Amino acid sequence: MDNDRSLDRKYAVPELIGNPDDLLIVCGLAGASKDIAHLTNDGDNIFTMAGAMGGATALGLGLALSRPDKRVLVVTGDGELLMNIGTLSTVGILKPSNLSILCVDNGHYGETGYQESHTQRGVNLELIAQGSAIPVTRTVSNEKHITEAKALIRDSNGPSFILLKVSIEPPPSIKRSMDASERKTAFRRALLGEP
Amino acid sequence: MSDYGGKQAWQEELYELLRSNDVNLFCYVPDGGHKTLINKSIEDPDVISVPLTTEEEGVAMCAGCHLGGTKSVLLMQSSGVGNCVNMFALLKNGQFPFVALITMRGEFGEMNPWQIPMGQGVQPVVEAMGMQCLRAETPNEVSETVQAALNMAYKSNQAVAVLLTQKLIGAKPF
Repeated sequence: MDNDRSLDRKYAVPELIGNPDDLLIVCGLAGASKDIAHLTNDGDNIFTMAGAMGGATALGLGLALSRPDKRVLVVTGDGELLMNIGTLSTVGILKPSNLSILCVDNGHYGETGYQESHTQRGVNLELIAQGSAIPVTRTVSNEKHITEAKALIRDSNGPSFILLKVSIEPPPSIKRSMDASERKTAFRRALLGEP
Repeated sequence: MSDYGGKQAWQEELYELLRSNDVNLFCYVPDGGHKTLINKSIEDPDVISVPLTTEEEGVAMCAGCHLGGTKSVLLMQSSGVGNCVNMFALLKNGQFPFVALITMRGEFGEMNPWQIPMGQGVQPVVEAMGMQCLRAETPNEVSETVQAALNMAYKSNQAVAVLLTQKLIGAKPF
């Protein structure tokens, strides 16, 4: 098992995603939402959360099924994903080719005092994604892996699952909107042209 | 094999009602009382039919469908409500339109004591989480009630639980 945790998420997440403008991005609470709000300046093509833990992948799956014409990316953390790990199985049986899941795995619950998560103690989320019948999976833990995995974010052979191993360096600080109703309306206006 | 949840006219009508309201995604945890709706959604080439591993996935999935412009419905049994409680916060905060059709256990004529606590808890729990709760007790109330729920959801941004009561469906014989 790859235990290298030398990448800093503030570098690795933007590097993997590149220009986010062509993506619809759904983010799990805490670090992942901060990573993406920072990357997009809290843009109208993202829906971030600060609660509803365990819901990010299912929310992104609903969006991907609703909009097969768009690339959908779920960005979430190891703790958030573990809370509803069964959703990977639902992704695996439906296999929407326009969906990618990026799990930013720092092995810890950063919001609550950096307690170790299960991934720090031997649980391998890439193997769980494989076992969940997700056809394209990859673990990224160094610079070379980033270069190789970049294309998977927009891989039409998906769904794809990328496990990004990072250090416990904190996510970028960003003041984002916590008003989910306002963000929902802005997202729909940008995508659908209606509230 | 009992005919619990077997085909009844109101179930066929309910499916047509949902489809005529442009509900295009059905997600569910398998349930005898919803058998007709589930099977019709699987057979319908114009519908996305999604089996879930837990009901709370469906809550988040329906919110994601709304972001993309698709109307959806979550089909579950009363016990599933307990699995969803924290995820209902997403609906409340986001003012997402949401309709769950919930086949009830643990009430009228229940013969399995394990079903009683959550069955009795459904209405207080969904109301405590800021959702509307409507009940259908007889076959001729079903269409009207579900249409009301769809209107409240998609016209007024409400999260609505429709309870298909045990009196309507019948007490499960096990």
